[in-house]
Formats: sequence, C-alpha cells, structure tokens
Amino acid sequence: MRGTLAAREARLAYLMLTPTFAIVFAIVLFPVLANFWIAFKPVELGDLRPPEPIVRERLRSEATAVGGDVVVRYQMRSSSLDVAIRDVVLFDALPAGLTLTTDDPRCEQDGRDLACVLGTWEGGHRENLDLTFEAGPAYADAGFPDPLATRPQMRGRAPNVLTDATFTLDNFRRVIGAPDFWPALRVTLWYTVFGTIGSILLGLFAAQLLHADFLGKGVLRGVFLFPYVAPVIAAAFAWAFLLDPLSGNVNAVLKEYGLVEQAVNFLSRRTATVDLFGLELAVPMALTVVILFEAWRYFPFAFLFILARFQAIPQDMYEAADVDGASPLQRFWYVTLPQLVGILSTLFLLRFIWTFNKFDDIFLLTGGAAGTKTLTVQVYDQAFALADLGAGAAVAVVLFVILATFMILYFRFAPEGE
Amino acid sequence: MMRTSPAGFALASLVGAFAAALLVLAWSLLTTLTTTGAASAPLGWALASGAALGGVLAALRRGKDTPAPAAWTAGAAVGLAWAAASGGAPLDLAHPFWGAPAAVVTWILIGQTTRYGLREIDLVRVDPHDRERVLLRGLRGVGFGFFVTIVVLPFWFMVASSLKPRAELLRDPTNLAIDVSRGLTELLVGYREVLITFDFARFILNSTFVAVVTVAITLALAVLGAYAVTRLRFPGRAWLSRSILLIYMFPAIVLVIPLYAIFSQLGLRDTLPGLLVVYPATTLPVALYMLRSYFQTLPKDLEEAGMIDGSTRLGVIWRITLPLSLPALASVGLYVFMIAWNEFLFAFMFLDSPEIFTLSRGMVALDSQEVPRQYLMAGAVVVTVPIMILFFWFEKYLVGGLTSGGVKG
Repeated sequence: MRGTLAAREARLAYLMLTPTFAIVFAIVLFPVLANFWIAFKPVELGDLRPPEPIVRERLRSEATAVGGDVVVRYQMRSSSLDVAIRDVVLFDALPAGLTLTTDDPRCEQDGRDLACVLGTWEGGHRENLDLTFEAGPAYADAGFPDPLATRPQMRGRAPNVLTDATFTLDNFRRVIGAPDFWPALRVTLWYTVFGTIGSILLGLFAAQLLHADFLGKGVLRGVFLFPYVAPVIAAAFAWAFLLDPLSGNVNAVLKEYGLVEQAVNFLSRRTATVDLFGLELAVPMALTVVILFEAWRYFPFAFLFILARFQAIPQDMYEAADVDGASPLQRFWYVTLPQLVGILSTLFLLRFIWTFNKFDDIFLLTGGAAGTKTLTVQVYDQAFALADLGAGAAVAVVLFVILATFMILYFRFAPEGE
Repeated sequence: MMRTSPAGFALASLVGAFAAALLVLAWSLLTTLTTTGAASAPLGWALASGAALGGVLAALRRGKDTPAPAAWTAGAAVGLAWAAASGGAPLDLAHPFWGAPAAVVTWILIGQTTRYGLREIDLVRVDPHDRERVLLRGLRGVGFGFFVTIVVLPFWFMVASSLKPRAELLRDPTNLAIDVSRGLTELLVGYREVLITFDFARFILNSTFVAVVTVAITLALAVLGAYAVTRLRFPGRAWLSRSILLIYMFPAIVLVIPLYAIFSQLGLRDTLPGLLVVYPATTLPVALYMLRSYFQTLPKDLEEAGMIDGSTRLGVIWRITLPLSLPALASVGLYVFMIAWNEFLFAFMFLDSPEIFTLSRGMVALDSQEVPRQYLMAGAVVVTVPIMILFFWFEKYLVGGLTSGGVKG
C-alpha cells in the first residue's frame, strides 16, 4: 500500500496529529502513569532535589610576579546529611599560565582545565581543598587576571528515589488506613451528588425562565452566565467575604430581619441544628455552603445546554398537547421533560465527573476545613501540606480508579457521535 | 357583561397578595442594601393590601384584562395610603427618596404585576388550567427575583467592598451603596494600591501573555488535528474521534503531583514556558472536538475544487477552511482564553517568583499578606473585569462555543 493515495493521506493525518499527541501525552497521559509510579514509592517533597556536591572557592593568596604562588581554597560539602554521593568530581577552569604545584594524586591539570576525582562522599561530608598554582609568564602577560573568574563545577551520582527500584505499598496502607480517608470519600460523594443535582436543577429552572421572548432576554442570559465566566478565585473570595460573620453582608441582613440572632460562621462551622417543625436536624453547614457554591457557579453550564435543547423541541408537539387539553404543568411533564432526558443524563454524567474532580472551589472557600475535605483536597494536603508526595499520589490513584469507573459508565451511556 | 365570580376574586386577591409580598420584600431588601440602616419588611400589611388591590383590579376588569391606567391608579392609591398611614415613612424609611415616592412607585409596580399575573385568565369561570397558569406565573416572578439576586449580589458586593475602607464596612455591613461624596481618588485607593504597590499591573500583563499564547498554540494544533480527523481517512480515526473528549475527564489534581515532580527536575517549574505547555495540553482536546464539530458542517466541495486547482492540503486549510471557520475559531479561542485566564491550580502550584505571577496567583499572594479586604476585593475586580468585558463583547460566539463543546468547569 506504500505510496498509494490512501497511505499518503494517512501519513499526512498522522503528521498533523503528532503535535497534539505529543503534548497531550507529555502533559496528561504520561503524568497519570507517573502518578501511579510515585504512588508506590516512598517519595517526599524534599526528594525532588537529589543530593549533590556543592562548592565555593576563595582566594587565599595572590601572585604579583612571575614565579609567585596563587592559592585557591575550594570549600566543598554535600547537600545531604544522610545520603552518600558517588563519583564526586570537581571541575574548574583557570587563567592561562597557572601551573598546579600541589601534589595531590586526586587532582590533574590539563592545559587550563582542572579536574579532581574525589570518590565517594558519605552523608554530611565537608572538605576544604587548598591548591597552589605557580604563576608563569603567560599569567603575568595577561596582567594577573582573577583566578576565580570561572565558577567551579561539581558532579556526583546520588540515588534518586524517583527513578530507582524501591517500591512500597506503605503509601496506600497509610492513606486508606488514616481515620480521615472514609469521611473524605463520603464528603466527596455528598458534594458531587448534591452539587451536580443542584446545578442541573438551577439550570433547568433558569432555562425555563428564559425560554420565552421578552425585552432584555439577551442581557439577562449574559448576566446568568456571570458565575461561570468569573475566575474562581474572585468568586470564592466574594462568597467568603459575603458570608463572613463579622462584616459579611449576608449575616448583617439576616440579623437585620431577625432571621438569626447571632452571626453564623457559614464556612467554618461543621454542623448546624435546624429546627424543622419541632424536629431537630443536624445539617453539615460548611459542606452545604460549599455545595451551594458549586450549584451556583455551574448552573449556567446546565442552563445553556438545556436552553439550547428547549429551542430545538418542535413547536407542533406543544400544539398537539394543547389540542389534547394538556395543562401547562402537564405540557412540561409529558412533552418537555421527555425531550430533555438525553441532555439531562449527559449533563448529569459530565457534571458528576467534573464535580468529583473539583479542587479549586473547596480549597479556596474552606481549605478543606469544617468537614469539607474531599479526596482532591486530600491529595493536595498529603502531597504538599504534609510534603508526602507518595501518599498524595496514592490518594490520587484512588480518586482516579473511582473516576475510571464513572468514565466507563459514561462511555456506555453517551450517545454515539455528537 | 359577565361579572367576576367569587372564585375569581379569591384568585385575584391571591395574586395581588403574592405580588405585593414579593415586591415589598424586594423593595425592602434593595433599600437595606443601599442605605444606611435597615428597612423593615411589613409582610402582613403587604399581604393584606395586596389582596385588597387584587380584588379592586378584578372588579375593574374589562374582558380578560384590567386596563393599565386603572391598575396603575389603584396601585398608586395603595402606595399613597401606605405613605400616609406610616406618616410618610413606609418600611420605617423617612428617606426623601426611598420613603413615600418609592412606596408609590412600588405599589404601581405591584398593580402592574398583578394585572400581568391575571391577564388572559378567565375570572368568571376559573378552571384548574388557569389556576396552574397563575401559579407558574408566580413561580416565574420568584425565579427572576431569585436568580437576579444570587447572580448579581456577589459581584455587586465585590465592587462595593472594593470601594469601601474597613471601618465603613464594619460600621454598616448591610450597606452596599457607594459613597460618591468621598471623591474619586479616595474611592479608588484600593485599586491604586493593588495595581501599583502589589504589582497587579504586571500580573495583568503576565495573565494576558499566558492566555494569548495559550490560545495561539491551542488553535494552531487544534486546527491541524481537527482537520485531519474530519477530512482525512486513516486507521484509528473513529477510535480517536471518540477518545478525544475522554482526555477531558482527567482530574487536574491527578496531574499536579507528577507534573510538579517532573517540572521541578527539568527546571520548568516556576517558569512561564512551564505553564504554556500545561495550558494548551489541557485545553486542546475540547478545542479539537469543537473545531471538529464545526468542520463537519463545512462543505467539502470548495476544498476539493482547491485541490484540483493544484493547492496543497496546507494551502487549502489556510486559504479555504480557515476563513470559513472564523466564527468557530473565535468561539474556541475565546473559550481557551477564558480557561487560561481563570486557571488557578497550576498557577498556584508552579509559580513562586512574583515577576511571573498570573492574576490568580497574585490574588493568593495578596491573600496571604495582611492586606485589608478592600484591596482583596479590588484585586478580585481586576481579575474579573477583563474576562467579563471580553465575554460580553463576544457573548454570541462564546455561547455557541460553550454549547457545541461542552466546556469543563
């Protein structure tokens, strides 16, 4: 088939897709694999910088005439207190006309280049190396230049926890065994299910409102998209301050109207008891607020899709319903809703997956405090707040496995093509 | 002429009471939010007067509608009665603007709303369908009030707090009005501080640079990819078409740890090029998908004509496909710009040096210092306004793009 039209077309297609493949592989697929790798390794945040030899040089003595001595002190140390570094070598370049006179078998001069082979350093190794050079005529001719003009370099081989062959299941054991793992999973599901349903219901309601012709409809449609278009950081800060117990607007208004007696700390109180017809109900307060934020921020997404679907429902279906004497609610229930089933289920799965993955919103609103710690916040906490990359990656793997299950479901149910 | 039945009067009173309660509450809330001190909300009186007004409107009906002048006059009369009964201070407001005049205007609106709620409804013989229609109209009214409040309030709060010093906020936390008498320089002090002292002017440039370059890279790669997927035949095409969006389901938080580790070792962390690799990678799948959907709607004939005239594939894409796809490119570009501009997680994790902060990262830095809330809200406005302007300008494109692509959030 080589050289045929079809083969050439296929080659061109692959060529055009290569950059996309490359970047998606490097930034999405490879990291997912790497995450699995890290999850099985005892890696801490500090391990990202492997141990290395460090050197500083100082001039102990300068030459002012031919035959004078230049003495350079190399102050060397290992950056690690406990890990050994093998094959340590020191390199430096010297001005022309300097000849090494110190008799150190480890050091050799080749023209202007100096190399000292220092062998293996144990953890915490420190060493001062004084080297004497004799100034030759060439050095004097050059006007006795600064011997420290070129920086010395060091090289050494240290084990890199990221790439070596140590594997462990400890991360998973610790993460799943931790007392806050199951609560985090429950909070995640709670947040995902209610955040998803909330945003879709709000979106459905909003789409109903705007599915009519009236003055200012276009403007209102734009305004309804605000929460979705605004940067999450601005929206989260605005909410946090709006709900602030001390100077927040919401608390002030609630108090003004006598709806609450004392300011409510919406974002840092774990539970609130609500008196419902004499029934005392414990409601997770901060979690509810975070879910409301989620519903608020993403209802425009559902709204747009549902509105677009509304406009595609053929008008004669409604006319037929009217002939049959359907009431407005019956029209909605028996005509509109069945037409929305497809888009609603797609929306549900999409939003479910994305809410499940959500990190920014909760992190910015509560930081995971007061019973709002989801698995995504847990990943961040383990990896960066506790500096335990391996444990963070292990939580990410758990997250990913749950998600993969949803994705399989999604691909089962997603309509073909569009 | 048929007279309105008792059931009709009852329905009209219900509508009137409901409209009155809704609008009096809105009026009270609006006043509380825009003046010093707070207004009361006499719900009982509102319900009673509204019910009476509804009855009057039912009595004044001509056919299936109350004439507008009659509805407004009746409303104004109730408003005047309210002003008089409260000694010129309805809702406890002796305010020259929010007091008596606002009562009259509010009640005219209540009259008009009630009239609208009862239009086309048969009050002579009330049937269940009509009751349902009235109920749905009521629900619509509540809905508009609800949505406008929840959408506008946080942003209004953001702008208002950015123009108020802390003392003023604490003194009167219900008041979201902007005190213009303090003068422009006084008002904008938060913005000056944030833009100059806290370097947000530079962050605006950084964010713009990052977003524009991300758009350029993403569009270039997505056009090539989408064209290949729609127009060229190759093994794996169907599979690819389906799995493009799959990439979009991957959680960013799973990518963060390995990318952090790899970028740290490669020296790409804390650099703008680092971000400029990550952003296109995360936006590419959906950009490609959106463009693919658009390319499928373009006729093939023009391209084939171009090929017959001896153009190369790339020539055809450049001279025929791209000019035809400008609306799609605009909407995809706008959406990618929005994602890159708003992105928080990677900017937060990767950037340490203030010279290269994007706005989102700058906001986090601002938050960790002991800066007044006024400055933080000014910062939030600075982050939000450019994307809002851009979005309003190109709203048509964006809406089309969002719905055709299924933009993640």
